[in-house]
Amino acid sequence: MSGWQVTPRLPDHPNFLWAEAEPKPAYDVVVVGAGGHGLATAYYLAKEHGITNVAVVERGWLGGGNMARNTTIIRSNYLWDESAGIYEHALKLWEGLEAELDCSIAFSQRGVLNLAHSLGDVREGRRRVNANQLNGIDAQWLGPEDVQKLAPIIDISTDVRYPVLGATYQPRAGIAKHDWVAWGYARAAHALGVDLIQGCEVTGLRREGERVVGVDTARGPIRAGRVALAAAGHSSVLLSTLGIRLPLQSYPLQALVSELLDQVLDTVVMSNAVHVYVSQAHKGELVMGAGIDSYVGYGQRGSFPVIEHQMAAAVELFPIFARAHVLRTWGGIVDVSPDASPIVGLTPYAGLYVNCGWGTGGFKATPGVGSVFADTIAHDRPHPLAAPFTMERFATGALIDEHGAAAVAH
Amino acid sequence: MLIPCPWCGEREETEFHYGGQAHVAYPDDPSAVDDAGWAAYLFVRDNSKGWFAERWLHRAGCQRWFNAVRHTVTYEIAAAYPPGATRPVIG
Repeated sequence: MSGWQVTPRLPDHPNFLWAEAEPKPAYDVVVVGAGGHGLATAYYLAKEHGITNVAVVERGWLGGGNMARNTTIIRSNYLWDESAGIYEHALKLWEGLEAELDCSIAFSQRGVLNLAHSLGDVREGRRRVNANQLNGIDAQWLGPEDVQKLAPIIDISTDVRYPVLGATYQPRAGIAKHDWVAWGYARAAHALGVDLIQGCEVTGLRREGERVVGVDTARGPIRAGRVALAAAGHSSVLLSTLGIRLPLQSYPLQALVSELLDQVLDTVVMSNAVHVYVSQAHKGELVMGAGIDSYVGYGQRGSFPVIEHQMAAAVELFPIFARAHVLRTWGGIVDVSPDASPIVGLTPYAGLYVNCGWGTGGFKATPGVGSVFADTIAHDRPHPLAAPFTMERFATGALIDEHGAAAVAH
Repeated sequence: MLIPCPWCGEREETEFHYGGQAHVAYPDDPSAVDDAGWAAYLFVRDNSKGWFAERWLHRAGCQRWFNAVRHTVTYEIAAAYPPGATRPVIG
């Protein structure tokens, strides 16, 4: 009977994109958070600044937070010069990112429409188009008929609750496959010597006097010349261990997908007023974002009334969607600032840098903020594109109010 | 989420409007507050992962404000009490 005894054997595992590292006692830089921003920061620290003794520590798994929970929309059509600077810097990097990282991220510049449903929306949209053009950003104003040419399934009839009165259009905007972006940066950073450490929650920041000198983690302390936070919705929790209070509130933001459908929509459509933003993923799912919950929450799930509200508006705008089904919904925790703009830069503690407050719209900034934040850390001064986004602006009054361009559909 | 209005009892969350952190007092001596102090009063709120005292308005009900202590991870509400009352000790 010995012929029956076959040793079971699985095929060899394909090559890993990166190797899991054990934490070393000390690094030049510890980046907290292995989302897109943290991974990109580590990559540019190594690539652009030659700082390779870097660890990215992550409480969960790589790209398991908002990086793979967002709706993947990439655009740079923000109102103010400060925002145009950093978001357009990011968009230009997106345009070369597949070559930079030597991997596919399915970047598709299919354009984005931001719909206007009221006279106020029209005026705000036209003003933003003008501001974008003055900043060299490709933006146009389209009337309802031109909107329908780009997205024939939109109902542009006038006797509806939210008629389409026009839209801003940015042709260079688009989508990318968000998890591939995380993996691309992880692989490239790892190849340059960066340690990627998952399952390693940071529980506190170690300081000596007015200087931060490391982090306490679930797997022991790690000393660091510099500590860079890229922890999105959990930034307040980390900073509160030092007594720093930032003007951030964390809320669940939800998204959902339909089943796989034939191609019906080949651009991105956003409507701030009715909280609908939708694109169709490469494999055919309708990807839709909903609003944030109205109340503070860390549950990584959202309230069902938000989904109901969002679907009601989506079905009115796109009557054909009534035939589709919601396949999955999920939530991520977003850290929202009072002016809907991020906080990037130095802190009251030497050796501690923050990147947070991206609220509902951090994905699109990934390469831009990675390069700018890395430069800020390497030179211990704000990169010119990050300089306006300090935490001091809330005291000086130099706010960068992007509620119009960001709203919930940031 | 069901929210217990102190006057009407448990109702659906869609009947309520959120008012953010409770017990944030207006400065006693406004003319003595500097820019950083005003920034803290206007913009900075606790962002607790855990128990959080917050304001709610029962907009589609009795239209009265009240405070509640809610857990921001489990969303359990441990207490709801009228404005002006002291925050109950929880957790």
